[in-house]
Amino acid sequence: MSKTPDSGTAVHPYLTAFQAFSENGAGKAPRWLKERRQSAIDRFVEMGFPTTRQEAWRFTDVKRLATTDFTLAGPAESELVSLEEIRTHLLSDGRNTAVFVNGSFAPSLSSVDQLREGVTIGSLRGALADQPDVMERHLGRYAQDDTNPFTALNSAFIDDGAFVYIPKDADLEEPLQVLFVAAPQDGTPLVWHPRNVIIADQGARASVIETHVALGRGTYWVNAVTEVLVAENAKLDTYRIQHDGVDAYRTATTHSRQAQSSSFSSVTFVFGGGLTRHDVIAVLDGEGAECTLDGLSILRGRQHVDFHTTLEHAKPHCTSWEYFNGVFDDRARGVFNGRIVVQPGAQRTDSKQTNNNLLRSPHARADSQPQLEIYADDVKCTHGATLGPIDDRQLYYLQTRGLDRDAARNLLTYGFCAEILNAVGLEELRARVDRQVREHLNQAMVTPDRAT
Amino acid sequence: MLEINNLHAGIQGTEILKGIDLKVNAGEVHAIMGPNGSGKSTLAQVLAGHPSYEVTEGSVTFRGQDLLELEPDKRAVAGVFMAFQYPVEIRGITNAYFLQSAVNAVRKARGEPEIDTMDFIEILEEKLKFIGWDDSLSNRAVNEGFSGGEKKRNEILQLAILEPALAILDETDSGLDIDAVKAVAEVVNKLRSPARAFVVVTHYQRILNYMTPDHVHVLADGKIVKSGGKELALELEEKGYDWIRGDTAGVA
Repeated sequence: MSKTPDSGTAVHPYLTAFQAFSENGAGKAPRWLKERRQSAIDRFVEMGFPTTRQEAWRFTDVKRLATTDFTLAGPAESELVSLEEIRTHLLSDGRNTAVFVNGSFAPSLSSVDQLREGVTIGSLRGALADQPDVMERHLGRYAQDDTNPFTALNSAFIDDGAFVYIPKDADLEEPLQVLFVAAPQDGTPLVWHPRNVIIADQGARASVIETHVALGRGTYWVNAVTEVLVAENAKLDTYRIQHDGVDAYRTATTHSRQAQSSSFSSVTFVFGGGLTRHDVIAVLDGEGAECTLDGLSILRGRQHVDFHTTLEHAKPHCTSWEYFNGVFDDRARGVFNGRIVVQPGAQRTDSKQTNNNLLRSPHARADSQPQLEIYADDVKCTHGATLGPIDDRQLYYLQTRGLDRDAARNLLTYGFCAEILNAVGLEELRARVDRQVREHLNQAMVTPDRAT
Repeated sequence: MLEINNLHAGIQGTEILKGIDLKVNAGEVHAIMGPNGSGKSTLAQVLAGHPSYEVTEGSVTFRGQDLLELEPDKRAVAGVFMAFQYPVEIRGITNAYFLQSAVNAVRKARGEPEIDTMDFIEILEEKLKFIGWDDSLSNRAVNEGFSGGEKKRNEILQLAILEPALAILDETDSGLDIDAVKAVAEVVNKLRSPARAFVVVTHYQRILNYMTPDHVHVLADGKIVKSGGKELALELEEKGYDWIRGDTAGVA
């Protein structure tokens, strides 16, 4: 198929940027990495930016993203941010926290020196220098560049990101936090391509919290790829809290691979972002593995969120749960595509998927698509989706108990959100996210007709 | 306390209540009985403020206030409570949190300080002790997965916590076995006070065995066709509603 002239024009600046990137700091990378980057940029140029004519991008139009002139962010920008500006976003009094500014590790803002032996939380750039063998084994092994152009683009610009390693049988009581700070620059839209690698070795148990915040307004684009390996008997719980600005773009792909009897969970909260597209590809690749993917989006204005999840049951006796709820005000829009693949031989698969959307304005919209591909015969797969406004009978019931219409709407919405909040096992984090949910709901109530 | 004059109301253009007159004083218990389709539940819903019902004629005054002017939440603030025949389920909210929200909404609207969670838990425990129930419903999502009996009990728990001046029970006894009916009636008896009135809407006489009404009214085809003392309920139980129908037909 021939490419449209548009997409050729759109990829060109990235090819130019790639050449400059290869000649500068990225030049001293090991040979395998250089080769991976080169084949990734080739693949990106070949695919181009997706269009709404492609099934996977039918409801998410990236035309504005593709035609914006982005400049590749550099490590120097980490000096733009002070500890004071980010203090409120730190958990556990700031212990065990790696901070990144515009995609680059900021050691002066991080606190990673009191970790127990063998645990690593820090920068990918550092890991590439210190443990190139480990990196060669894992980097690019779980994420694939061949179908998603954004993943390919990320691979072309692999430079920094978070590297988290939990050694064999380590049981971490305190969560590890990775704080990603966006510091947009006035008038210069920046892009960065963080590549994150999280490895929980055999029998390890840990929680990792990713917090994404923006300092100030402005256009930026985060194009992230996260690779997760959960080894045999390991348990890894991850949380992602996103507060992107209304002018921000975020394209992200998370690839997880699980071994036998492992447990992996991912809970994502999207509180803001002009355009957020997150692809999650979770592979249950060992018998008896368990995987939970949960998400809650609360958006207003014209913000847009799109979750495309794939749960691939490759081995028998695995269980997966998926609960995605969305609350949309004004002209906000949510897209959910939940694909469940049960490979031949993956008998006794148990998979449950739910996507519920609350449309609190007549102009808000949600699209939900389950996609089941089952190639085994002894499986249990259920899915369900709802979308609609707040139930009038519930509203009336609460009103008869003394709550006015706005308070009743808020309480019902909060209940809808609490279903996902309850999935947060960490007390401090849950209290914090709970407060953020309430704040967002209250803000949304102040001017209900903002966008109309 | 409550004065209903010539109340006509209906839904989607169909008139259901065709001229109700009723006066309820503080401290009284009124039973509204009647066959299916007589308009009992409509009366309860109109008093609570259900938005689907339209009042076409007449007036309802509650403690000197025009009740029909008020939104449902303002009626609750004014002191009206209705126990639903079919309570709705609310996901994600625990019963205790819901009760606290309701109490504080009413307090806020009355200009009283809100009660914090620790204090509310104490109030809830005291109240449960007073009515003699355990706290098994407190930390479950509101009515979610509740049995029919639990839902009705939960309505009565809300009544106990919200302490309204006027409590309307809409067929609270329907679908309950005799022990549950007795348990609900016992709590209502404990909540009776000279300052509080009850309007008990019911199809069956049996709940009135445990909750002696001061007045019994029989509703048929949208009108109160007979009023009397507690003995009227027994007479109905014995003779059935056809007796009333025949009676009124004779009068007309």
